[in-house]
Amino acid sequence: MSRTSASARLVSLWEKTGMLLVLIVLLAAFSLFVPYFSTWRNATSLLQSVATIGTIACTMLFCLASGDFDLSVGSIVAMTGVVAALAANATGSIVCGVAAGMLAGGVVGFFNGFVIAQLGINALITTLASMEIVRGLAYILSHNTPVGLRIAALYSLGQGQMLGISTPVWIMAGCFVLFGLLLNGTIFGRNTLAIGGNAEASRLAGIGVVRYKIIIFALQGLVAGFAGVIETARFTMGDPKAGQGLELDVISACVLGGVSLTGGVGTMMGVVIGVFIMGAVDNAMELRNIDSNYQYCVRGGILLAAVLIDRLKQWITR
Amino acid sequence: MSGDLQFDSITKTFPGVRALSDVSFVAAAGSVHALLGENGAGKSTLLKILSGVYRPDSGRLMVGGQSHVFRNTAEAIGSGVAVIYQELHLVPEMSVAENLYLGHFPNKFGCISGRRMRADAQRELQSLGEDISPRARVSSLSIGQRQMVEIAKALCRDAKVIAFDEPTSSLSARETGRLFGVIRRLREQGRVILYVSHRMEEIYEICDAATVLRDGRHVETFASLQGVTRDTLVRRMVGREISDVFGYRARAIGQTVLEIENLAGAALARPAQFSLRAGEILGFFGLVGAGRSELMRLIYGADKPSAGRIRLSGEAYRPRRPSQSIRRGIVFCPEDRKKDGIIPVRSVMENLNLSSRRKFSPLRFLISPRSEKRNASEFVKQLAIKTPGLNQPIKLLSGGNQQKVILARWLGESPRVVILDEPTRGIDVGAKSEIYNIIYTLAERGVAVVVVSSELPEVLGICDRIAVMRQGEIAGIIERSQATQENLLALALPVTGAIKQP
Repeated sequence: MSRTSASARLVSLWEKTGMLLVLIVLLAAFSLFVPYFSTWRNATSLLQSVATIGTIACTMLFCLASGDFDLSVGSIVAMTGVVAALAANATGSIVCGVAAGMLAGGVVGFFNGFVIAQLGINALITTLASMEIVRGLAYILSHNTPVGLRIAALYSLGQGQMLGISTPVWIMAGCFVLFGLLLNGTIFGRNTLAIGGNAEASRLAGIGVVRYKIIIFALQGLVAGFAGVIETARFTMGDPKAGQGLELDVISACVLGGVSLTGGVGTMMGVVIGVFIMGAVDNAMELRNIDSNYQYCVRGGILLAAVLIDRLKQWITR
Repeated sequence: MSGDLQFDSITKTFPGVRALSDVSFVAAAGSVHALLGENGAGKSTLLKILSGVYRPDSGRLMVGGQSHVFRNTAEAIGSGVAVIYQELHLVPEMSVAENLYLGHFPNKFGCISGRRMRADAQRELQSLGEDISPRARVSSLSIGQRQMVEIAKALCRDAKVIAFDEPTSSLSARETGRLFGVIRRLREQGRVILYVSHRMEEIYEICDAATVLRDGRHVETFASLQGVTRDTLVRRMVGREISDVFGYRARAIGQTVLEIENLAGAALARPAQFSLRAGEILGFFGLVGAGRSELMRLIYGADKPSAGRIRLSGEAYRPRRPSQSIRRGIVFCPEDRKKDGIIPVRSVMENLNLSSRRKFSPLRFLISPRSEKRNASEFVKQLAIKTPGLNQPIKLLSGGNQQKVILARWLGESPRVVILDEPTRGIDVGAKSEIYNIIYTLAERGVAVVVVSSELPEVLGICDRIAVMRQGEIAGIIERSQATQENLLALALPVTGAIKQP
């Protein structure tokens, strides 16, 4: 019995600090064994490489916390990037470009939320469908070729810098703080977790579950749309091929950070850690010039390991 | 004797809780052995060790003279142990025969012989005196029939030990009678039957021996229940005297608060009509499926009524969703705590503050950690909720304490009407009387309370008036002074062609 309580204590310690420990060990190991890893230049490029995933992971956390998930975010990034470029080119206005991109994303998100919550269709099917539809729209709107962004003033959204760190990274950091506060410091966030923990009990406790889900998906679309606009600004074009497989990267990062796929459990701190573990591993592999085919295997392996550790935890407490 | 079931110094600890501590006793073959204790006494843990779900930290089981520590459920089944849980473990979309032989289909070179399986299944079911087709889908069966399938499943695997966990909680009186018949037959065949129930009448009706657990310890084993009074058992279970569980308190009853006029819904055979006054406790008695929960859900706005009117303090009121009812002062504790009441993974504090927190949150949006903690700890103290801390996940609390958390959720709303659907189901004697006290306190403050219950002693014990529902309609409403077990039951039982309605 002392074995049980000792291991239980270990499990609770792991729950609080485990993945943070993994991240620290990883960063330390990479600094020691991967040349150039611990340079300022590499740090900024690592940050830059996770900016899109990190930004979208903020709202994916809400989707997962409420017990659903969203596969359409990758396509939304592509479609809204195209829309932003087209709108900015047509009107010559930065505001119009940004607004059009975000609005397009928000509309897709609202549509997802409406179908899932109001019509009661499974989130996997709904967002799988909208992933295809939206990707198709991106190709249709762009006539199959990237749309060059001609409004140079918009470039700064993707390429600008502050204190040596690029704008998309600042935006990601802002999202981490904003959505972290929203999740834990507001009734909206707490109710989101409650819905994921038990939707019917939440409804009977007076929470407007349908409305919440629509808002959560709309937010997800809006943020993915914003990320699409930033990508367009960064690469100076709206690419209909952008964001392929992004949705799975985002969900993987969340799961690595301890967000439960069944809902009700998740923290922003965990998501931040998950995003950086994925980013650091990718970055280290690239510095080491590891064949990209192997990179896929390693990333899959890490995700599997994270889930297995979680299962191990349950075995110990049993 | 070799067929006996023996628990030998079983100890099991969970994080922060010692669930079982050195529990030893023997259940004899050919007898029905009751396992008694309050919630949290360790009965469920013991059953889970018996069925291989949990592994004990120390100790062992003796089944048929052989010592065992089951590492998983398959080992337990292989050693002739079957545990039949409250939630039945059948696959609803498969046929009865497939369910019976799930995991060990009769086969020839890997091909399932459907005909042989169905013939075997038919034989097992008939030996139980059940007329269920082996081809029938489990989802089309009643709860009572499903239970029989579970028992048949245990017999197919030649179970020497069969444990029942609250088997009658969702059975009608007739189904219960049949179940007892089957249990008696199993006893005659020399099997060991363990029987867990909170219903004392059943214990005396069906059990030969009893073991009482309290706080994870073995208190006493009665080899025979002859001459052992109900009070003795209860005293052993709670460890103190409980003179009157119900402790009815009379009080002044005020103006009419809620009027229901011709309220109709899909599950009701006839529109319902009744009224409720401030400070009154109105019971709703009936058999399972009589439409009581369905009526309450209509009033609460959880389901949509098809017609009818509701007046709240004289004003017309048409609930569309629960949040509207809550704002108007009507609250509802659902029957199935786990499915509709609690958010299992979230903390006690989260569950407690779930509805009321918008009241003490700045801008009705921001969380104030200090006030949410203050509100939660206040109610935890006021209702004597037993929890290691406010951040404990609620799923780790006992049923009685979970129920108190849900009650506390609503007390923070200062409600006018409180609807409680089976508030004490699966809750032990001690916690029951605490919940009754909460109900009386609410009523004394002028709150109108509806208590839906399937337990006659409960509605007779605590209610001022009792409405009886039968087959989707209100069959009658009886004052406390006039109510007896007989007249309530007479109203509740289904009307067949031969019996004229009074």
